Formats: sequence, structure tokens, C-alpha cells
Amino acid sequence: MVLRKEAVKIIKDICARYKDEPSPLMLILSDTQKEYGYIPLEVQEIISAETGIPVAEIYGVVTFYSFFSLTPKGKYVIGVCVGTACYVKGGQNVLDKFGELLKIKPGQTSEDGLFTLDALRCIGACGIAPAISINGKVYPKVALSAIPGIIAEYRKKALEE
Amino acid sequence: MAKVTVYFENIPYSVDDNLTILEAARACGYNIPSLCTFKNGECSVASCRVCLVKVEGERRLVASCAYPVRDGLKVFINDPQAVIDRRTSVELILSNHHQDCQTCRKNGQCELLEVARRVGAQPDKYKGEKTPVTIDTLAPSIIRDTSKCILCGRCIERCKNIQGIGILGFENRGFKTIVSPVANRSFNNVPCIQCGQCTLVCPTGALMEHSEIAKLDAAFKEGKYVIVQTAPAVRAALGEEFGDAIGTDSTGKMVAALHRLGFYRVFDTNFAADLTITEEASEFVHRVVSRTPGPMLTSCSPGWINYIEYYYPELLPHLSSCKSPHEMMGAIIKSYYAEKHGIDKTKICVVSIMPCVAKKYEKDRPANSVDGIQDVDVVLTTRELAQLIKRSGMMWKKLPEERFDDDLIGATTGAAVIFGVTGGVMEAAVRTAYHILTNKELEPIEFAPVRGFKGIKEASVVIDGSEYRLAVCSGMKNAKVILDSMKAGTCKYDFVEVMGCPGGCVNGGGQPYVNNLFKPNEDDDIMETYIQKRASVLYKADQNKVIRRSHLNPDIIQLYNDYLEAYGSHKAHKLLHTTYNQNREKYPDEK
Ligand code: SF4
Ligand code: SF4
Ligand code: SF4
Ligand code: FES
Ligand code: FES
Repeated sequence: MVLRKEAVKIIKDICARYKDEPSPLMLILSDTQKEYGYIPLEVQEIISAETGIPVAEIYGVVTFYSFFSLTPKGKYVIGVCVGTACYVKGGQNVLDKFGELLKIKPGQTSEDGLFTLDALRCIGACGIAPAISINGKVYPKVALSAIPGIIAEYRKKALEE
Repeated sequence: MAKVTVYFENIPYSVDDNLTILEAARACGYNIPSLCTFKNGECSVASCRVCLVKVEGERRLVASCAYPVRDGLKVFINDPQAVIDRRTSVELILSNHHQDCQTCRKNGQCELLEVARRVGAQPDKYKGEKTPVTIDTLAPSIIRDTSKCILCGRCIERCKNIQGIGILGFENRGFKTIVSPVANRSFNNVPCIQCGQCTLVCPTGALMEHSEIAKLDAAFKEGKYVIVQTAPAVRAALGEEFGDAIGTDSTGKMVAALHRLGFYRVFDTNFAADLTITEEASEFVHRVVSRTPGPMLTSCSPGWINYIEYYYPELLPHLSSCKSPHEMMGAIIKSYYAEKHGIDKTKICVVSIMPCVAKKYEKDRPANSVDGIQDVDVVLTTRELAQLIKRSGMMWKKLPEERFDDDLIGATTGAAVIFGVTGGVMEAAVRTAYHILTNKELEPIEFAPVRGFKGIKEASVVIDGSEYRLAVCSGMKNAKVILDSMKAGTCKYDFVEVMGCPGGCVNGGGQPYVNNLFKPNEDDDIMETYIQKRASVLYKADQNKVIRRSHLNPDIIQLYNDYLEAYGSHKAHKLLHTTYNQNREKYPDEK
């Protein structure tokens, strides 16, 4: 894959932003994630050329933290918590249900580009377990029966926009 | 350096204050079992927990490889809990390790197996999920087997800090963590220069050279004329595989072993190193006379060729077009030698014994062939040769000393033998360039400024009233400094020697492993000094040679008179020079 010129410029600008930072990698990656949407190998190569940090090291950071992504994220990112409290209350079943209905595995994006499914560790909502978050909005005590409705709600929203 | 007093098992010792417990212990005569750490704490993670010891005042056992000494420190290596916990640490590592030691090529030199034996680990104490076996055998020089990796991170450090490249890294997290090139790609599909430095530090069989012993066996079976040549650095280290002290000259025994292994002829690559010098020195002189902008860069190290092709393709015009010595040797064996003896060149199999793993890759480059016939057919490392000798049942200590075959291309000079150490090519080239430019001989013959092991060495030589500025570097981290200065237009050198591996071929990626664990009778500092000790073998060999200038090698003189006509002639170009690739893709799509 060859990146478009504008894309290269976006990444170079981000790197330039942090060129005086002693350890700029996390800052660059999180801006890239935000502004470019994902961080594929081609983008990592540019960051490597601009900063001198080996590609393998960048790749390691990208694959270590779940908020970075190697593939494009969907319009709606569904984070299902499978931390201890949520797990005990059936978080894994919630995750499986979303996967089944959207026909994707955690970490993947649905074919229509609408949904990305992520498995998360404790999102700080243990009191209302099992919890999920969709683009930052937290849903408490998610029942399996409610899941088709939640998905339908976002499909509708996407159509309206 | 200040000294402090530390106590091991209640006995006081005075040690340097900048050491870790592990290092101090070694200096005092205690080898604490350890796995992930490498010399001088060159270790990125301190993750294995094999080096645990009890320290008075600490509630928990501490990792001795990451704990600095201080005055009055009391360390107990033999504390009962420490003994148990070290064993448990090893057992946990073994729990997901693919233990097929019987067939593993690392067996015998595997640190994991040795440490497991020492601590008394039971292999299946903990039943873990085994790391899946994925073996990358795509790259011609090195292979990677993830199921043997213990995630020590040594290879990452070696590639990043010594070579300045950073091909390897940790990927993913938790139980899915692996150490690999980016996105778990093959070494073939990333800009890895295939130097094999990472294989020198890997404690297990996770990273190794790509063995070609099967190819050699096949060539013998087919009844080929199997002709072998050995690079200078091999003789400086081969004996180590059989318990010889580091720094022992193995030439005679090595040749005797090769004769007994059934090779049709046993030649010294040094002949071709002399040929490289006559060609390269005349190329340099030609550049000087034609005022081609400098510097000229040497081209005998394929790891280095990979580096400049991948990372500085715009500087390729500076690279000498000379093939590396063993390629020249192959080309001459399959032309001059074959024709003189009336041997069909397609029936010849040229085998190179090399200190280098990148030469395995190099021999397959399309430009290293003449009329569609590859110059070299098989490349084996020093370590693989040792394996052949062990397999054959020969007893090293009972082997006699024999000489290389003297048959048309047998004569060699002192200039050639120092090719195996950083600075050697430059020194040899200066001896001959001086002669070409002045028709006189350079005196004194030793050229000290390019000797030694500094990353970048500078020198200058006055020939016929003009001063030439020279530089010598080894390890790609150092080469990068010079290449960057060339790009910036601030490089002031006329001629630069570059070797891919730090210290030159004596420390090549295919040389015997050096590790205190397996060298109980060597000096404590052997991991610091082995490169020098090997190099001194080669400098001594140069000194002992009657002829020490490549252009005075009688067989070389005859080769030019009879066959090649002149330095840099048309025929010489066809056989002895190569071309480079401006467009190497760093991350080609995976097949
Ligand atoms: S790497 Fe060592 S422990 Fe593992 S299989 Fe090979 S010899 Fe055995
Ligand atoms: S072979 Fe050399 S360049 Fe390749 S990963 Fe190993 S150390 Fe790095
Ligand atoms: S490949 Fe070898 S050196 Fe690298 S992390 Fe694994 S065990 Fe350590
Ligand atoms: S475990 Fe799910 S919010 Fe804490
Ligand atoms: S050797 Fe100390 S933690 Fe591995």
C-alpha cells in the first residue's frame, strides 16, 4: 500500500510537533490514532524515518496498547469490559453476543465499516457490571437480550447522519 | 574506580562499585545461574528471574543481574529459598518451551538447557500451553523458531544498539508476547541485513544460521568436484568449538580436517583476498586519477552491502564494484582453474567456509554469477564446519597440521590474512595502492592507525606527495555516522573500509559462541577480549608470512599474465566485479 501525499504530510506534521520531546513516541502515536484513525505499517515507517525509532519498536508499542489500532476503526467502537467484575457478571457472554451478531471477533471491524469490537480490561464501572462503552458512552448492566436493540439503535443513527 | 566490600556467603570481597551483584559475583568466583542477561547487563528486561539471590535486609529475593552492589552488601547465593526459586523460574520458562532437545541444533551450546541442568529443573513440573512452533526459513541466512524463544530480549538489544538497526522487537502483550521482526514477518521481508549478530547472543535455538549441510551432502552424493575454501577469520576461532583456548591458530588442523572430509581441493580464500586487493586498489587508483568524488567504500562484507542498499541507496555509486573474496574465488575456480585442468565447470561445487551468515544470502545474488553459473554453491559457517567435524568422528586433538593445496591458486600473502579483522582490508589495500602509484613499496609495512577496535578509526597516508585520508569502521551503527556525513557533504575521507560486524569477520555472525557459561577455563573478561584474541591470530599470521603484499603473490601475478591480462581488465570485470540494487524494497508484501 502506498500512502497518499496528504496522509504523509499529516504524519510528518505530527512528528514535527513533538520533535523536542525527550520521548515523543506515545504522543505521536496517539495523535496519529486520533487524526489518521489507525496506524498501519506504512505509517509506522514514516514515523520511524522522522524519529529514528526502529519500526519494530513502534510496532511493539502499537500492539501493546489496545487504544492503538493497526487497521481502520469502525464508526462506532464498542468496548466490552471483561475485567474481573464484569467477567463475573457475564461480560464474556456480552462480548460473544456482540461478536455473533456483528460477525466479527474482538479487534475486528464489521464489513460495512460501522462497528469495531474491542475487549477491554476494567473501564472503571465495576459497580454497574457488566458494562460496555460505545464511543465513550457507558452502558450499565447490559443484558444479553438488550444487545440487538443497541446495535439497531446505532445502525439507525448512522443512517440519519 | 572506587572499591566496595561485599560479602558472598559471609566471605568479604573487594569489588568495583559500578557492578551488579551478578557481575561482582563472577569476578569473585561465583557463577550465579542466569538467563536473560548478557555481558555487562546488556539486557533489556530482567525478566527471567533465574538469577535470584538473597540479600540481607531485603524482604524478597532480588534479581542479581539488575541489583547494584554497595558497601557492606551481604549476598547469599546458596540460600535454600533462593535455590528453590531459581529452579522454579527455570521450570516456568520450560513450561511453555518446545523441548525437542534431541533434534535441536543448539543442544550442546544451549544456555537454557545448561542452566536447567545446573539448577536441577524438572522439565514438566508445570504444565503450560506450549508456544506454537512457527519457523521462519525464508531468509537464506538466518532462521527463527518462535517455540524456542524465551523472550530475553538480547537479540533486540544487539540489533538496535550494536548494529543501530532495530529489526527485532517485542510484539503484543501478555501470553501473546513474541519477539520478532515487525508484524511477525520473515527476516526476508524486512530490511534485516542478515548479519547474524543476533544469533550470537540468542541463548537458545530460537535464532540460528540457516544450515546448508544438507546441500553439501547432496553435492558429495552427486559426485561433484567439491572444492572448499576457508575465509581468514575461520582459522582464528574454529578450535574454540573443540575446547582450544580463544586465540589459538587452527589453520593446520582445520585443513587436515577438510582433507579428511573428502573435499577435492582445499583452498584458502586468502588467495582471492589478494585478488580483491589488486582489483580494489587499482579501482581506487583509477578513481583518484579520474578525480571521482570520494570516498570509495569497500565492498567485501555482504551485511554491509545489504545495509547500504536498504538504507542509503543514493550512496551506492561510492561502493567499490569488487565482489567479495570468496565470490572471486568461486568465479576463478569455475573459469581459470577449471579450464587449466579441463574440468567441466558445471560439475564443480564451490563450498565457502565463512565466519559470516550474510554470505549465505550473498551467494544467491544474481549478480554474483558468471554466464548464469553461480560463483559459490554452498556457504557454511565456522559453527557448521565444527558440526561436520564432530559428525565425522574425527578427534580434533589428534588431527595433524596440514597445508592448503598448492594448485594454481594456492599462494597467499600476509596482506590477505588480515582481511578477517577490522582495518585489515584497508591496510592491505594501502600496501598495494602505494605500489601502483609509486612503483615502490610502503615502509614500514605495518600500518598501525587502522589497527585496534575503536568503532571508527581515522588515518592518512602520503603517497607521492599527496595525502589520502582514510577511515575504517565496523558495525552499522558506526557506518551510519560516516554515511550521514557523506549525505551532509561533510565527509572528508578518500577511502573508507566498512565491515558489517563489530570488530570485523573475527566477530562474524557465523563464528563460535562465546559465553562464560561454557568456557570455565577462560579469563573472566573473555566476552570483552575474545575479538582481540582472535584478531591477534591473524596479525601473527601476517607477520610470519614471507610475502606480505598482495601484488607480489606469485600465483596472482601468474593469473594476470596467463588469464586476466591486467588489473581491472575487461575479463577481470566480467569475473570479479558485481552490481548493486538501487531499489530494494524494505517491506515487500508477504508472499
Ligand atoms: S533451545 Fe535448548 S532447551 Fe530448547 S529445545 Fe533447543 S536445546 Fe532444548
Ligand atoms: S541479522 Fe543482523 S540486522 Fe538482522 S535482525 Fe539479526 S542483528 Fe538485526
Ligand atoms: S530470539 Fe533468542 S535472543 Fe531473541 S528474545 Fe528470543 S530467546 Fe532471546
Ligand atoms: S471490571 Fe468491568 S468495569 Fe471494572
Ligand atoms: S538473568 Fe537476571 S532476571 Fe534474567
